[in-house]
Amino acid sequence: MSQRFRLLQGGRIDRTRPIDFRFDGVTLHGYAGDTLASALLANGVHLVGRSYKYHRPRGIFSAGAEEPNALVQLRDGARTEPNMRASQVELFSGLVANSQNRWPSLRFDAWAVNGLFSRFLPSGFYYKTFMWPASFWMTYERVIRNAAGLGRGPTEPDPDRYEHRYAWCDVLVAGGGPAGLMAAMTAARSGARVIIADEQSELGGALLSDTVAVDGRAPGDWVAQTVQELRATADVTVLPRTTVTGYYDHNYLTLLERVTDHLPDEPDGKTPRQRFWQVRAKQVVLATGALERPLCFRDNDRPGIMLAGAVRTYVNRYAVLPGRRAVVFTNNDSAYGTAIDLKRAGASVTVVDLRREPGGDLVDAAESDGIEVMRGFAITAVRGGRRVNGVVVRQLDEAGEAVTGGSRKMACDLVAMSGGWNPTVHLFSQSRGKLRFDDGLAAFVPDRSFAAERSAGACNGAMTVSACLKDGIEAGRAAARDAGMKAKAGPGAPTVDEPAAGETRALWVVPSGRRLGRGGKHFIDFQNDVTAADVHLAHREGYISIEHLKRYTTTGMGTDQGKTSNVNALAIMAELRGVAIPEIGTTTFRPPYTPVGFGAIAGRNIGAFMDPVRVTAMHDWHVEHGAKFEDVGQWKRPWYYPREGESMQDAVNREVLAARNSVGILDASTLGKIDIQGPDAAKFLNLIYTNAWLKLPVGSCRYGLMLREDGMVFDDGVTTRIGENRFLMTTTTGGAANVLTWLEEWLQTEWPKLKVYCTSVTEQWATIAICGPYARHVVGALTDYDKLGPRDFPFMTMREMTVAGVAARVFRISFTGELAFEINVPRRYGLAAWEAVCDAGRKYGITPYGTEAMHVLRAEKGFIIVGQETDGTVTPMDLGMDWIVSRSKGDFIGRRSFAREDTARDDRKQLVGLLTEDPHEVLVEGAQLVGTVTAAPPMTMVGHVTSAYYSPNVGRSIALAMVIRGRERMGETLYAPRLDGKAPVEVTVAEPVFYDNEGVRARG
Amino acid sequence: MFLIDCPWCGPRSQKEFHCHGEAHIARPKDPEAVSDAEWADYLFNRANTKGVFFERWVHNHGCRRWFNVARDTVSDRILAVYRMGEKRPKVKR
Repeated sequence: MSQRFRLLQGGRIDRTRPIDFRFDGVTLHGYAGDTLASALLANGVHLVGRSYKYHRPRGIFSAGAEEPNALVQLRDGARTEPNMRASQVELFSGLVANSQNRWPSLRFDAWAVNGLFSRFLPSGFYYKTFMWPASFWMTYERVIRNAAGLGRGPTEPDPDRYEHRYAWCDVLVAGGGPAGLMAAMTAARSGARVIIADEQSELGGALLSDTVAVDGRAPGDWVAQTVQELRATADVTVLPRTTVTGYYDHNYLTLLERVTDHLPDEPDGKTPRQRFWQVRAKQVVLATGALERPLCFRDNDRPGIMLAGAVRTYVNRYAVLPGRRAVVFTNNDSAYGTAIDLKRAGASVTVVDLRREPGGDLVDAAESDGIEVMRGFAITAVRGGRRVNGVVVRQLDEAGEAVTGGSRKMACDLVAMSGGWNPTVHLFSQSRGKLRFDDGLAAFVPDRSFAAERSAGACNGAMTVSACLKDGIEAGRAAARDAGMKAKAGPGAPTVDEPAAGETRALWVVPSGRRLGRGGKHFIDFQNDVTAADVHLAHREGYISIEHLKRYTTTGMGTDQGKTSNVNALAIMAELRGVAIPEIGTTTFRPPYTPVGFGAIAGRNIGAFMDPVRVTAMHDWHVEHGAKFEDVGQWKRPWYYPREGESMQDAVNREVLAARNSVGILDASTLGKIDIQGPDAAKFLNLIYTNAWLKLPVGSCRYGLMLREDGMVFDDGVTTRIGENRFLMTTTTGGAANVLTWLEEWLQTEWPKLKVYCTSVTEQWATIAICGPYARHVVGALTDYDKLGPRDFPFMTMREMTVAGVAARVFRISFTGELAFEINVPRRYGLAAWEAVCDAGRKYGITPYGTEAMHVLRAEKGFIIVGQETDGTVTPMDLGMDWIVSRSKGDFIGRRSFAREDTARDDRKQLVGLLTEDPHEVLVEGAQLVGTVTAAPPMTMVGHVTSAYYSPNVGRSIALAMVIRGRERMGETLYAPRLDGKAPVEVTVAEPVFYDNEGVRARG
Repeated sequence: MFLIDCPWCGPRSQKEFHCHGEAHIARPKDPEAVSDAEWADYLFNRANTKGVFFERWVHNHGCRRWFNVARDTVSDRILAVYRMGEKRPKVKR
C-alpha cells in the first residue's frame, strides 16, 4: 500500500475496504469511496493525459463534472468507454483505465512536437492551411484525426442492459447539496411528491468537502440525518448517482441514473447498468451548485495546477493531499478555506492574492494559522513540465495590466487556483430562463424564469452555506405551493456560523510581463487547447460575436462543453471590444449537462425490440418450408422458397411458372384490411377513390386508386361491398396505417357529418391467395365445387362459404392475371386452412410462391405497385389508368388537381414497358434512361426504370419505366447505364403488358 | 416533449400524438368553381406564424381523435385545446 499522499485520518473513504485498480498498466491502490482521480492523487499521480491539440501534459484539474483534462478510457473490451471523467468515476475493484491522446506513451508523446510549433497552429489553422487542393482534405483529415481525437469507441456490441423509466412528480429537485436537501425536505413536508437527484455517489454536495458546522454538527453528519429523514418521508424518491441531464419543454426532464457503473463487472442480466429517467414535473427546483473558474495565467495548465475548491474536496472528502508545498492563487476568499485545510493537513502553504486589500474573515484566519499571504501579487511563470515544481511571483500594478518589481521564485508541487465561481446555470438556461450578469460575483446568475422552475443556492448566486439552506427552504415552499400543496410548517433553517467574505477581483487575464502568446500559454479552455491569445486572434480577425468566437477557436466545445472556460472567454472578448460582459451574451447551453451514452438513450429498444416484428398465422409453415423472408413495413413476408441447390433466380422462375401453368399459393395476409361501415360508407368511398362506388352490388369487388388532394396516387387496392352499408377495403401492406389515418382524417376534419366508421381488421384475417389453371380444382376440393363456376361466382365478386370446415370469405380477385381465389379465414384458422389447401393441391403440384414471384407475375401483366411505379409525383393518367378515373361522378379527392398546369402538361413521365436488346439482361431498378449517349455526363435524362425482372413465362427480361411522353415513344430506342460502367444497355419502349393482353385468364 | 391535453383523454405525452400542420384550412365547397390560384393556395400555402398558431393534432396512439391546438410557436406553450368543429378560441400569449 503505497498511497503516499493519503492522509492518516479523515475523509469519507472506507479504509476497511482497500481496492486495487490499474492505470496505464500499473496496479495502484485506493479505498472504497474514492474516485479514480482521488485514488490517483493518493498515489501521487497527477499526469493523466495529453491535451487535444498541443499534446501538453495534463493533470487532474477538478473534482467533478467540469473536468476538462482527466479524461480516461475506462474498462476494456466490449465495455470500454472513452472520455470518462476520472473525477467522477467511482473506484471499484479491478477497475482498468488508460490515458488517452498520447502516442506511444503518456510520459513521452511524439505529438507533443505540436507544442513546439504551436506558433504555427493558431485558431483557424486547419481552415487556413488545408484549403488546397480540396481533394487532399481527406488525406489531411486522416492524419489530423489520428493526432487529435479523444478516446476510442467500443467496437463490440454493448453487453449491458439499459432501461427507461417514466415518472411524474410535484417537485423535482436537481442537486442534493444544502439548498437541494432543504428544498426537497420543505416540499415533502407539505405533502408534495418529490424526486431529488444528485450526480454524486452520496448526497450533500459542497457540504461533503466543507468543515463548517451545521446545527452544531459536522456537515457530513447533518447530511446523513437529513437524507435519512427524506428517505423515510412518503412519496419522496432519493436518487444518488443520478444526473439531471436535460430540461425540455413543458417541464419534461431527463435523468441518467448510473445503477451499477460503480460496481465491478458482474452483470447479473437483471439489474440495468444505467436507467434513463424521463420525468414530468409540475415544479422544478434547480439546486445545481456552482463551478469554480480557473485563473488565466501563463502556463496555467501544468499538472499539479488545480482548482482550489477541488483541492479542498480531495483533502477533506477523500483524505488526499494533492501536494506538500502548495501555492494558493486566488482573486477571492473561497480559496482561503483550501489554504487553511491544506495547512492543517500538513502542507506548507503560501497564498498569492491578486487583491491588494483582501478583507474577509478567512484571510485573517489563514494568517493566524501561519500562512503567508502575498497581497496584490500574481504568478507570472510556472516551472515544470509533467508536474509543476515552482512558480515565479511578481507584484501586480493597480490596474491589473502589468507586473512590476522583482520576481520571487517559489518551489511548489501544487497550485490551487480560484478565479471566482460561476453558478451552474446550465439547466436553468436549457429551460429557457434568462440570465443576468452579477457584478459582485462577476458571474451570470438566473434572472427571469421561463418554465415552472426556480433556482436555489449557489446556482442562484447564494455563495454561503447558510444562504443556500435558506434559499432552499424558500424554493421548496414556493415549489410545493405552486404545485398545489397547502402550506405546512417546514423545517427551520439550521444555524451555520460562517465567516464574512470579502469581494472578488475580476482579472480575466493575469499579466506575465511578456506579450500574450509568446513564451508560454494562458489557457482558457483546457480541453480544446484554447488560449487567451486565440481570443485575441479571433478578435483581430473579426470573429467578435460569442457564437463566432466559439466556432473559430472551439472554446466551449468538447465533452465538458466549456464548464470552466465560457465565462473567461467571453470576458476577455468583452474587454477587447470595450463593452460590458452582458452585451457579449453567452452561447446556448444545450443538453445534456454531461455526456449520455447511446446505450441509455436506446434503452431496451434494441435488437428484436427495435421495431415490432409482425408475422402472419402461417409464418411457422413458411419457416419450416425454407422460405427466405423480405421485410415489408414491419411484416415478415416470404420472399421465395428455394429448394436444395436452387439459386434465387431458379426458385423464382419455378414459382412463377407454377403459378401460370399449374397452381400457386401465396400468403396475402399482410395486405391492409379496413372494415368500413355506416349509412354513408358508399358516399365516402366515392370521395376517397377515383372511380364510382354508389352502384356497386353487394358481394362485388372493385379495384380503386386513392389520390392525395394534389392528384397524385397514394394507395390502391380492392374494396368489396360486404353489405348495403358495409365495405371491406384492402390497402398495400406498407400503406395500411397511413390509409386508415387518411380515412379518419377526412371523416373527422372535413366531413364529420358522414356516418362512417373505420376499423382496422388486418390482423383479424388470414388470407390465402390461390392462383393458376387448377385454382378452382384446389378450392373446389375444400368446398362445394359447383358453386365456384364463372356463372355463380364470377370474377371480381365475393362469396361467403365454408372452406375446409371454416367459415370463410372467398374473393375472386387476382393480382397475377390468373384464375385466382383469395380465401379469408379468421386468423386462428389460418394455418389449418393453409395446410388444407396445400394438401388439396398436392396432386396439382401446388407451389408456394413469395413476394418476388408475385412481383414478376404482376409485372408480366403490367400491374403497378404503389411506391415502386409511383413515387408521390404520379397521376392515374401518367400510369395510363384513365379508365379508373370517373369523369361523371362529381367531386373526389384529387380531382380538381388534374386541371392544374403542372398536372395537365403533356410532357409528363408516363408508364411504359421496356424490352432489352439482350433478352437475358435484366435492367437495374432505378436506372436513369437517356435517348442519346454522349462520351461523358451530363446526358439528358428522359425517364427511369421502376421495375425489372426476368420473366420465364415471356422467356425474356421485362421492365416497367416512367418515361417522358412515354406513350408517344413506342418502339423507340433508349439507353440505361450499367452498374459496372460498361456500355449502356439498349432498350426498346413497349406496351407495359407482357402477358395475356386481353386479360382472359383471370376471368375464366 | 410537450404535454398535450387531449380533449378526449386528458394530458398525455407528445409521443402519443402527431401534428398535422395548420388548422382551419377549409376545403373549397366546390373545387371545380375555384381558380387554379385559389386551389393552389388551399393545397400548398400554409402560414409560418411566429406567435399564436392554430394547428391540427391527432392522438394516433390513443383515442385516434383529431383536434385543434393553439400553440405559441415562440414559447411552445399550449394555450388552448379544442375539438374539431369548434370555433377558434380567443387566446393571449
